[in-house]
Amino acid sequence: MTARDVILARVAEGLRDVPTGELADDIDVPRDYFRTVEGDAVERFIERISAYKTTVKRVAPADLAQRSAEQLRSRGLGRIAIPPDLPDEWLPSGVKLLSSALDVQALDAVDGALTGCALAIAETGTIVLDGGARQGRRALSLVPDYHLCIVDEQQIVGTVPEAIDLIAASVRRMLRPVTFISGPSATSDIELARVEGVHGPRTLDVLVVSPA
Amino acid sequence: MKSGFPERAHVALRDMQLRRNLALATTTIRGKRAAVTGERGDWEELRVAGAAIKRRVLRHLEDYLLQFESSVQRAGGSVHWARDAQEANEIVVQLVRRTGASEVVKVKSLTTDEIGLNDALTAAGIRPIETDLAELICQLADERPSHILVPAIHKNRVEIRDLFRREFGLPDLTEEPTELAGAARAYLREKFLSTAVAVSGANFAVAESGSICVVESEGNGRFCTTLPETLITIVGIEKLVPTLNDLEVFLQLLPRSSTGERMNPYTSLWTGVAPGDGPQEFHVVLLDNGRTNVLADEVGRQTLACIRCSACLNVCPVYERTGGHAYGSVYPGPIGAILTPQLVGTAEAGSLPFASSLCGACAEVCPVKIDIPQVLVHLRGRAIRERTAAGAGERMMMSAAGWALAGERRFRWARRVGRLVQRPFVRENKIERLPGGLSGWTMTRDLPAMPRRSFREWWNGR
Amino acid sequence: MRVALFITCMNDTLFPETGIATVQVLERLGHDVVFPKAQTCCGQLHLNTGYHDSAADLARRFVRVFVEEEIVVAPSASCVATIREFYPYLAEQLDDGALAEEVEALTPRVMELTEFLVRRLGVTDVGSRFSERVTYHPTCHSLRGLQLGDVPLSLLRAVDGLEFVELPGATECCGFGGTFAIKNAETSSAILESKLENVVATGAAVLTAVDRSCLTQIGGGLSRMGSQVRTLHIAEILAAAP
Ligand code: SF4
Repeated sequence: MTARDVILARVAEGLRDVPTGELADDIDVPRDYFRTVEGDAVERFIERISAYKTTVKRVAPADLAQRSAEQLRSRGLGRIAIPPDLPDEWLPSGVKLLSSALDVQALDAVDGALTGCALAIAETGTIVLDGGARQGRRALSLVPDYHLCIVDEQQIVGTVPEAIDLIAASVRRMLRPVTFISGPSATSDIELARVEGVHGPRTLDVLVVSPA
Repeated sequence: MKSGFPERAHVALRDMQLRRNLALATTTIRGKRAAVTGERGDWEELRVAGAAIKRRVLRHLEDYLLQFESSVQRAGGSVHWARDAQEANEIVVQLVRRTGASEVVKVKSLTTDEIGLNDALTAAGIRPIETDLAELICQLADERPSHILVPAIHKNRVEIRDLFRREFGLPDLTEEPTELAGAARAYLREKFLSTAVAVSGANFAVAESGSICVVESEGNGRFCTTLPETLITIVGIEKLVPTLNDLEVFLQLLPRSSTGERMNPYTSLWTGVAPGDGPQEFHVVLLDNGRTNVLADEVGRQTLACIRCSACLNVCPVYERTGGHAYGSVYPGPIGAILTPQLVGTAEAGSLPFASSLCGACAEVCPVKIDIPQVLVHLRGRAIRERTAAGAGERMMMSAAGWALAGERRFRWARRVGRLVQRPFVRENKIERLPGGLSGWTMTRDLPAMPRRSFREWWNGR
Repeated sequence: MRVALFITCMNDTLFPETGIATVQVLERLGHDVVFPKAQTCCGQLHLNTGYHDSAADLARRFVRVFVEEEIVVAPSASCVATIREFYPYLAEQLDDGALAEEVEALTPRVMELTEFLVRRLGVTDVGSRFSERVTYHPTCHSLRGLQLGDVPLSLLRAVDGLEFVELPGATECCGFGGTFAIKNAETSSAILESKLENVVATGAAVLTAVDRSCLTQIGGGLSRMGSQVRTLHIAEILAAAP
């Protein structure tokens, strides 16, 4: 017998008390928790992600390139990695943009990364990446020490269940890797003192694009 | 008798630094948890859903395991099955050897602690590098983690500074947490960029899609699951959830219960191999190691619903005083007191179910509604039945008490005897010193003497 | 109403004054108190210490003694919680369907004293007078087991002359836990320490609770440290007549 057979047999043996006719779906899972929230999701997203020591600004679509350039300049960052498919109107001027597939050593050497996202969650102040349009691969938003993320207002959903609904579809269809980001990397491992940035980007800035 | 919880607690309770660290940590996290669970009008509904999903998984585990296996394979991963720790370690060693790597980076994982993977790797000439800050601290100090969430809770900043000065060769390092974290960042970054194999655990494994979910704060989890070419994930068989949508429940329950945040900084969810993004070789090791024993016990089964949030530790009056090492197990606190004896047997861990005042604070916060006091009492029964707890003295006293309480006349007679026996110990209506097994009580507490007249005698005399 | 009193083995043996006070309160409210003499113990001691065979015998005995009663009242939350939460467990473990049925029928009729007064009778003012500064420890079994919430407090607030002071960290365990206090005496004492500090900090003359067991732990600690704070079961305060 293989280990697999043994374990499956042990499981079956251990569950002898479960009636043979019982199906998994016979076990009721009441889902009476909130699927939506009331109020302005954009406002809430901004409030909640700010609580994680993230700088958030609202920008008009036409100002995006300029405002992201300002944001990068104010942080003193000059060499920025971007995914290859960022639209032209997003591209900040005055910084060196690196868009070809950089290896991790090269990513480690840039000042920061600029990406879009798949969606964002208001309730928890979370950005969700799924490797789709304007996001690049996972290493891009991980290795550089700075991450500027652009969130279109339309991409903000209210709750985690709403987000999972959308994400589940992209996982099922395309098996995409998904990353939830809620503020910069942090640890409280030393006497519970919170320190921002252990391994991931130490700074996360967000621009929320709202129609004027 | 082997050293048990009372003996280890004896040592821990004397460590005043530890007591202060623990009190501060548990009170802080307790407050944060209360705030972020309190702000949810649907917290109880989330708990009910979480408990129900786990119940569904556990009662139909065989189906979900098979479904998970084929989902992983379909997504380009391989699945291995391990009956016990040794088998799991052998599988991992084999897989690492095949890549030719001599080092692996590790994401904090209680499951790999449980199976002693680091020792097995080291013995095979492979160097495991813990990448979670606290785990790294414990690894460098050669100590066991003492809390599920903040494993180095027992160490203060000065101790950590001295450790890092020595281990990283940084004589000028100060004890500022930012600096200490910076030193670890620099040390580990080089490892992340150069190591070809990573080992992780899993918070959740999705049967429907074969996806693995890892929830973390520091980003080391993202590094380990993204940069190396090969990723090996060890998954306890109880970590399954049926569908991706079920994650919507746990991704709300876990961070709020655990760190007291609305959401933890990073959650990674990956499904097999993603071409051009992340590890191109992916292995899952499905681990039993005693879990099917837990499953087979109808009362104990609910223990497998645990999502390792550590909320029960933070509210536990025992854990708050003794810390994690007193439990002598990878899983400390209330969850350790019920899980460990079931995984390793009561002969090994028979004192753990007794390490609780049964105050119920744990069950009140548990996000998946595990009735921890019930399981504790259940396991006490097992330990007594299996004769792996309690000495002859206690057994004699308990059967004497059982005899005396079994009838009203015996009860009256026993009380008369009691009044006689207590005489030499009574002074001014109280007892300040008791002999033998009962001396523990009078160590710190007086006991009122048995009064001359019982309630029953008063009633009869009315 | 006919009320069957379950006095509990501990009160019967060590704290008759608690039982006497319980009878006085119930009789003052016009109830007909009966005391089934065959009663001994609910089995909590054996259950929580792991001696489940003895616990089951005692549970069977309890059910036998009280099964015919309309209402059973006990001045102890932990005994009532044992009956309510663990008798079904014991019946299940014994695979004793008949016992399970009896337990299911009986347990809703077994009530803790303050629960009976407030939730069943709707009484908060029992006509007592007690002119002292009092603090209250909500015991774990009353709080998290029976979910009594403010029930005992509502009774205390109605006591004439009583000055109530809030206990800091009230909801934390006192560290008693039955044989835990002996088997893990040092841990139990470390937990007790915080409770004692909080009790003393209130400046109260009297500490009260709905469980004599926890009061034995806290009172034993207070006595050892030479504190003047007295411990009284809530029934004793409620029985104090003007
Ligand atoms: S038992 Fe419950 S509270 Fe404790 S760690 Fe597990 S899930 Fe969290």
